[in-house]
Amino acid sequence: MVFEKIAALIAEHVGCEAATITAETTFESLGIDSLDTAEMVIELEEQLGIEIELKEKMDTIGQLAKFIEAQIEAQKG
Amino acid sequence: MSFQVLGTGHYVPERIVTNDELSAMVDTTDDWITRRVGVKQRHVCTTETTAELAYQAALKALEMGNTTADQLDMIICATVTGDNICPPLACSVQMMLGATCPAMDINAACPAFLYSIDIAAGFFARGRVKKMLVIGAERMSRVLDWSDRSTCVIFGDGAGAVLLGEGDSYLASVFHTKGNDEIIKIANFAGMSPFYQNETDQPYVQMNGQETFKFAISSICRDLQQVIADAGLQESDIALVIPHQANVRIIETAIKKLNIPPERFCINIENYGNTSAASIPLLLDELNRDGKLHSGDYLALCSFGGGLASAACILRW
Repeated sequence: MVFEKIAALIAEHVGCEAATITAETTFESLGIDSLDTAEMVIELEEQLGIEIELKEKMDTIGQLAKFIEAQIEAQKG
Repeated sequence: MSFQVLGTGHYVPERIVTNDELSAMVDTTDDWITRRVGVKQRHVCTTETTAELAYQAALKALEMGNTTADQLDMIICATVTGDNICPPLACSVQMMLGATCPAMDINAACPAFLYSIDIAAGFFARGRVKKMLVIGAERMSRVLDWSDRSTCVIFGDGAGAVLLGEGDSYLASVFHTKGNDEIIKIANFAGMSPFYQNETDQPYVQMNGQETFKFAISSICRDLQQVIADAGLQESDIALVIPHQANVRIIETAIKKLNIPPERFCINIENYGNTSAASIPLLLDELNRDGKLHSGDYLALCSFGGGLASAACILRW
């Protein structure tokens, strides 16, 4: 679910088809830098109603989705 | 009773460091810095002290306000990079100006100038002062790791000052703090105590850029909306937004989220970099001297930074 939300946000941000984004797609290949990522995370925080703390550098969309899913689990528990 | 602004001034060191020059020092490029931060050049101290920057900015504000140093009732300096831990920067400036009034520093990181003018408003409200000087002055070059490309390209040195007199220009203010000592940090010098056993950090800027960005965006949007409402105004009433010049990307993202036309957001980071507590009074003075501020204009000032602290206020020019 998180991955799909991220893919939709990225598609909107860079103007591509969400279906072309996979877990292995890198931010760099889409021309997305760390501040673009932070901007999208703000959107995700609003959509998901949680706080997402970006502590480590992530290269792929899949890594970010996993990281956020772990934070959602941690905040549930 | 609060205050009105009688005069403004700013001063920056002579030495300009361009992005190309930095590109020869660390692994970066003019294009990267311009796109990611919005800075083209910054002024950096070579022989100037923070006190000299503050003093020169103060002289200009006093001159514009037709005021002499002996007429001042208080001096406040907003800074995290005073030349000394003691005496406070404001006391050094008092000495240099030949003033005799009380003087003190405020440390609230980048928003410290806004915290300082709110403190000033309190002195005016209690009838304790008739003229006050509030200065934001920073020598950020002193607290940078010049081998760290992620931080050394962002900051610059400079000072801005406002001379305040009795009036009713200060309409509303908001302040927030979200205590955090990891996202933005400048450690103090370690000292030489033979008894202290904890590990100490190097006294340089450390920053989590992404979390700083997120805090900045949420603060700007919340603080501006709140302070505009508190002043009984609408976003469309604001003639100019004078935001802390931390990173142009922060300002651009905030613009997308607010209902204020983009052209009303003032930006000068390209010439100065992030000058921390000096950025707002420096920009205010540039706008003032360029004739961009008109009587009756509602100005929204907002800032955010280490602490994590944020602030915003409304001035009627």
